[in-house]
Amino acid sequence: MKLTVEETEQVYEEPITTQAPTQLNGADVFIETLKKHQVEVIFGYPGGAVLPIYDALYKNPIKHILARHEQGAIHAAEGYARVSGKVGVVIATSGPGATNLVTGIADAMMDSIPLVVFTGQVATTVIGTDAFQEADIIGITQPITKHNYQVKDVADFPRIINEAFHIASTGRPGPVVVDIPKNMATGLFVTPKDEDQEVNLPGYQPTTKPNFLQIQKAAQAISTAKQPLILAGAGVLFAKASDELAEFAEKYQIPVTNTLLGLGGIEGNHPLFLGMAGMHGTYTANMAIQTCDLLINVGARFDDRLTGNLNYFAPNARVVHIDIDPAEIGKNVPTEIPIVADAKEALEALIAHEAPNGNTVAWLESLNISKEQYPFHYQASEERGLLPQQVLELVHEYTNGDAVVTTDVGQHQMWTAQYYKFRSPHNWVTSGGLGTMGFGFPAAIGAQLAKPDAKVVSIVGDAGFQMTLQELSLLQELRIPVKVIILNNQALGMVRQWQETFHGERYSQSLISVQPDFVKLAEAYDIKGYKIETFEDAKVQLKEALESDEPVLIDCRVVQKELVYPMVVPGTGLHEMIGVKPE
Amino acid sequence: MKRIITVTVINQSGVLNRVTGLLMKRQFNIESITVGHTENPQISKMTFVVNVEDEQKLEQLLKQLQKQVDVLKVNDITEKQIVVRELALVKVASPPTVRAEVNSIIEPFRASIIDTGKNVVTFQVTGSPEKIDAFIDLLKPYGIKELTRTGVTAFVRETQKVNGPQLSILK
Ligand SMILES: Cc1ncc(C[n+]2csc(CCOP(=O)(O)OP(=O)(O)O)c2C)c(N)n1
Repeated sequence: MKLTVEETEQVYEEPITTQAPTQLNGADVFIETLKKHQVEVIFGYPGGAVLPIYDALYKNPIKHILARHEQGAIHAAEGYARVSGKVGVVIATSGPGATNLVTGIADAMMDSIPLVVFTGQVATTVIGTDAFQEADIIGITQPITKHNYQVKDVADFPRIINEAFHIASTGRPGPVVVDIPKNMATGLFVTPKDEDQEVNLPGYQPTTKPNFLQIQKAAQAISTAKQPLILAGAGVLFAKASDELAEFAEKYQIPVTNTLLGLGGIEGNHPLFLGMAGMHGTYTANMAIQTCDLLINVGARFDDRLTGNLNYFAPNARVVHIDIDPAEIGKNVPTEIPIVADAKEALEALIAHEAPNGNTVAWLESLNISKEQYPFHYQASEERGLLPQQVLELVHEYTNGDAVVTTDVGQHQMWTAQYYKFRSPHNWVTSGGLGTMGFGFPAAIGAQLAKPDAKVVSIVGDAGFQMTLQELSLLQELRIPVKVIILNNQALGMVRQWQETFHGERYSQSLISVQPDFVKLAEAYDIKGYKIETFEDAKVQLKEALESDEPVLIDCRVVQKELVYPMVVPGTGLHEMIGVKPE
Repeated sequence: MKRIITVTVINQSGVLNRVTGLLMKRQFNIESITVGHTENPQISKMTFVVNVEDEQKLEQLLKQLQKQVDVLKVNDITEKQIVVRELALVKVASPPTVRAEVNSIIEPFRASIIDTGKNVVTFQVTGSPEKIDAFIDLLKPYGIKELTRTGVTAFVRETQKVNGPQLSILK
C-alpha cells in the first residue's frame, strides 16, 4: 500500500520539508561530519525518527551494515572498535530502537570501548509528551555512558559530533550517546562560526603524561624488588603499548600476567608470560600475585573476578598502578605509587629510566617450575567424548595463534582465554565487565569488517549464540568468512557449573533438552554447517572448516559435565584455588 | 562522616541529573544539595553535604565527580575555613496568647516574620545549620506547623587558619 503525502505526515508527525536543493539540513551535516571523522562503516537500523538521517545517507553514502537487531548492531560495532582501534558508530531509531542498544552501551562502558551511538528522538516540540516511540534515552543511558548529548539546535551538529568522537576515543575510551530529535535532522542548517564547531570541553582534560617523580619512585621500587610482577590489562591495548610492555618486562626481567581483557597485550608464548590471572586464571599467575613483593598494574582495574577476596589480595606487595583514569587508582586496592598516564607513555618513561635491575633470577626460576607443574589440565578419553578444551587446542593449532577470536560469555569463554595463545595484540574480543551473553557472534562480524583478511573465529556457547543468532543473515548477505564454533554442551554451561559446585547439583533451568538443528539453521541462511561429535572428526572437519574462505558454522557436541578449572571460589583468596591438579 | 563538597559545573541541561545519578549509582547518601548560577551564568555551583564511610570512599567520590565531562572543579571544603549558610522557613502555632513570647524568642536569631495569620506566624531564618537547628528546637514547644530548609551553600574564606573542621555538623 502506498501512502499519500498527507498519510505519511500522519504516520511520522513531521511535515516533509520542502527545501531548496542546495540548502543542507541537520541530517546532511550529520553525514558530512561523520565523513570528516573518516567513519568507514556504520552499524544500524532505521525507523521513523531517523528517516531523515537514512535519507541523507542514501544521497551521500557511508557503508552501512543493517544488523537484524539493534543489539547485534552495537555488539558488531564493539567488535569493530576493539580490533580496529577506531571508534565504532551506531545508529538506531527512537524508543525501542534506542532501548535495544542499552545492553551494548553498558557493555562498552564497562569494557571502555570507544563508541559513538546516535539515537533518533521525537521532535523537540513533543519531547516529554509520551509521543509515539519516545523514550528518555538520555536519562536511561546517563549511568552507562561516558557522556551523552541531545541535539537542541541544528547548528550544534558539528560541535557535538566532534566532541562525541573526541570523548569516546581519548582518555579512558567509552561510549557516547548523541540523541537526535527528528526536527533537528530535518531542520535547516546555518553554518556556525568555525570556533563554534570546535571541541570545547574545559572540564575534560585527560592526563596522558606520567609524573616524573612517580616514575622515579616506581623505578626505585623495581630496583629493590626481588619478586616483582606486572599485571597488564586492556589499558595496554588501548594505548597500543604491547611492544613497550614486552620491552619493559624484558629489560627489568619481570614476569607478566594478564587480565581477561588484557590478553594479547603480550605474546601468549612469551617466556616471561605466566598466563591469565583471576577466577579461572593459571595457578602460577595467581600465586605470583599472592607472593610478589611489587605489583605493577598497567591499565587494569583490579576487577573482583581478577582479585578474588580483596582481604587476601597480594598481601606482600607494594603496588604501582598505571592508569589513565585516576578514579581507578585506589578504588579497590590501596596503591603506594599512583601513575596517572597513558600506558604507552608511562612504560616508555620507565624503560628510559636507567634504573638498575633488581635481581629476579631466582623468582623467575621458581615461576618457571610452577608453570611446568601446574598447567591447565583435562582428562580426555574416547568414552567421555569430545572435550571443549580439545576443540580449542585444535583451533589454536590450525590458526597458528593468529586468528581474531571473539567469544560469548560462559564456560567456553574461559576455556578460550585459557587455551588460545595469541601471537599478536588486538585479536581478542570478549565481553568482560558486563559479561554479556549474545555479544560474541555479532562482535565477530564487526571484527571481520575491521580486518577483512583476518581469520575470524567466534567461539560461542549454544545458549548465548541463540540470543543474537539472527545476525547469521549478515554472513549470508555479506559473505564475510566468519567461523562460528558452537561449543554445544546443551546447557547454560557456566550456570550448570555453579549449580553443580555451589547448589547441590540442583540444575534449575540450566539444562536445555530442545535445540534447533544448528546445521540446518546454518543452511537456512545459506551457510555451510558442520556437526562434530568426536575428537577424530574434529581433527579433520575443524581443519577443513577453518581453512574455508566462506562463512561456516560448526556445531561441536562437547561433554556437558566438563568444568572450568582451576577456579577461585567467590569469597576466597587467589591462593585458595581449587582444581589446580587433576584428581 | 559528613563532608561538604562543592562542584563547579558547566551549566548544561542534564548536568544536575548526571551528578546526583552518579552519587546514587555509587551508593553515596546526599544529605542536602543546593545549586545555582555563579557570577558566570554559564557556570553553576553545587554544594553537597554527603555522608561517606571512610577516606577511601571519599577519594572515590571526588574522583568520580571530577571525571564527569561537564564538571570543572571539585572541592572538599570540609576542613577549610568556610562560611556556611542555610535558610529555613518555619511556620509556628502562635495564637494571640503566646505571640509576644514567640516573637521575642526569634530576636537573637535575627529571624524575620514573613507572614502572619490568626493563629500562626511564619519566620525566615538564615545562618549556619547549627543555628537553624537551635532556632527550630526553641520553637518546637509551641508547635511547628510546617518547616522547610534549603540545605547548605558555602564559600571558602579568604584567610585560612590551620585547624580542624569548625562545624559541629561535621563531627
Ligand atoms: C544476557 C545474559 N543473561 C544471563 C547471563 C548469565 N549467564 C552467564 S554464563 C551463562 C550460561 C551460558 O551458556 P552458554 O552460552 O551455552 O555457554 P557455556 O557456559 O555453556 O559455555 C549464563 C546464563 C549472562 N551472562 N548474560
